[in-house]
Amino acid sequence: MIFTPFEIRETVRMFSLQKLDIRTVTMGISLRDCASSSGEEARRRIYDKITRCAERLVRVGREIETEFGIPIINTRIAVTPIALVAEASGDSDYVEFARTLDRAAKTVGVNFLGGFSALVQKGCTNGDLTLLSSLPRALAETDLVCGSVNVASTPAGINMDAVRRMGQIIKDLAGRTAAAGGIGCAKLVVFSNAVEDNPFMAGAFHGPAESESAINVGLSGPGVIKSALEGLAGAGFDEVAETIKKTAFKITRMGELVAQEASRRLGVPFGIIDLSLAPTPAVGDSVARILQEMGLEHVGGPGSTAALALLNDAVKKGGIMASSHVGGLSGAFIPVTEDEGMVEAAERGCLSIEKLEAMTCVCSVGLDMILVPGDTPASTISAVIADEAAIGVTNHKTTAVRLIPAPGKVPGDRVEFGGLLGGGPVMAVNPLSAERFIARGGRIPAPVHSFRN
Amino acid sequence: MFAIITVVGVDMVGIIARVSAILAERGVNIASISQTILDEYFTMMMRVDLSGLKVPRADLNTDLEKAGAQIGVKVTLIHEEVLKAMHRI
Repeated sequence: MIFTPFEIRETVRMFSLQKLDIRTVTMGISLRDCASSSGEEARRRIYDKITRCAERLVRVGREIETEFGIPIINTRIAVTPIALVAEASGDSDYVEFARTLDRAAKTVGVNFLGGFSALVQKGCTNGDLTLLSSLPRALAETDLVCGSVNVASTPAGINMDAVRRMGQIIKDLAGRTAAAGGIGCAKLVVFSNAVEDNPFMAGAFHGPAESESAINVGLSGPGVIKSALEGLAGAGFDEVAETIKKTAFKITRMGELVAQEASRRLGVPFGIIDLSLAPTPAVGDSVARILQEMGLEHVGGPGSTAALALLNDAVKKGGIMASSHVGGLSGAFIPVTEDEGMVEAAERGCLSIEKLEAMTCVCSVGLDMILVPGDTPASTISAVIADEAAIGVTNHKTTAVRLIPAPGKVPGDRVEFGGLLGGGPVMAVNPLSAERFIARGGRIPAPVHSFRN
Repeated sequence: MFAIITVVGVDMVGIIARVSAILAERGVNIASISQTILDEYFTMMMRVDLSGLKVPRADLNTDLEKAGAQIGVKVTLIHEEVLKAMHRI
């Protein structure tokens, strides 16, 4: 036996007990060559290209899962931001493009397709404006399509006109999906410093600088990290960080193996591993519980930001050694409804949006999957987006907002989305008005330290 | 193409015989075995060669799982590439 029983047992446990899995194998597909002055022609090309490129994606995912014994939870597709592809068509709205993407996703059998998106950090083109105004209907009237808008970047600053629009769009989308608790908003992400190769939904898109196609893999392993820390009660932070780093290495190696294999079998180049710790609502799969294991009474209490900073950093250090190409968001995710530990903390009143905002300064995403009261003003939502954008832009990192104003709900009410989206309590939002602030519009200039030439 | 099969459960007569029979029937050759009993728990690890496998992989996985359930042991099959990726640089 060339592996020790200890090593074998450790690996078996990670899969069978600690919920180690590949969260997603995402195929990025460029739709740049699908643009046409005829919207109908563009949509035909889009449908054909996606169904052709991704024809074997789901099947290969299952084959790899069976042969290697590594659960692959999702197979997904990310495409070129549609604003760039649909723009040449001159169509007055892009809802039909969303329907085409939805159809293609269903044909191929993936469970989400991301990229109904626009990159507007410096301003909007006509195509961008059309995409923005199409978002509420497009995401309300399709099932599998996810969208995103990048409103800020460190080199460009913050597009506050877009920020103002996004608050309105989120409210509109929530209203259109009110019967399902505003679930449309779970498919829309507002970014700053968005990355072009993120494999996770809802923010995945295939950036305009990417190649024809790529295989990007997103990991999951919060349960494995938590288990690794369980034997370390009382140990110093040095040992905690080292343990997380080594465990993250092992987890990421699974992603590298699956990514290389999927790339080989599909004939699509390997893009990146996103070595994020992505929780699910299932017990034993929580990032919040890792922070508790480190010694916090509940996530949201003092120490939460420091704990998350350690976790995020140690995960990156271990994961970078484990993979030939690391990208995407790559750190710890803190989506509230998708993490049972976060949900419990929110229900107990231990977790506030303000503390979550602080935590976004040291992790990979932003304010994610947070239910807010249905009557939260659009300008308040915009102001929250502006705050996250400022954090991202000033700190040269990606931040994002995925807020769900649950129609008719107040703080404490529970909303259930089900599946990987989970559910949880509506959280309170500071009632002070940002109406006059957001009404200004224009651009907040790029920070001085962004000027590096 | 090698894999490691682990079998863990309460010890009883016939575990090795049962698992080996399933493998033999399906063309899987056993390259090496290590087995021990710890606190009445039977733990066996087998390095097996899947290159002569006569049935689909999914069927092998299901058959091993079912047999394990019948005799009260947990059977898992891990591709050697997975172990190599995780434990060797």
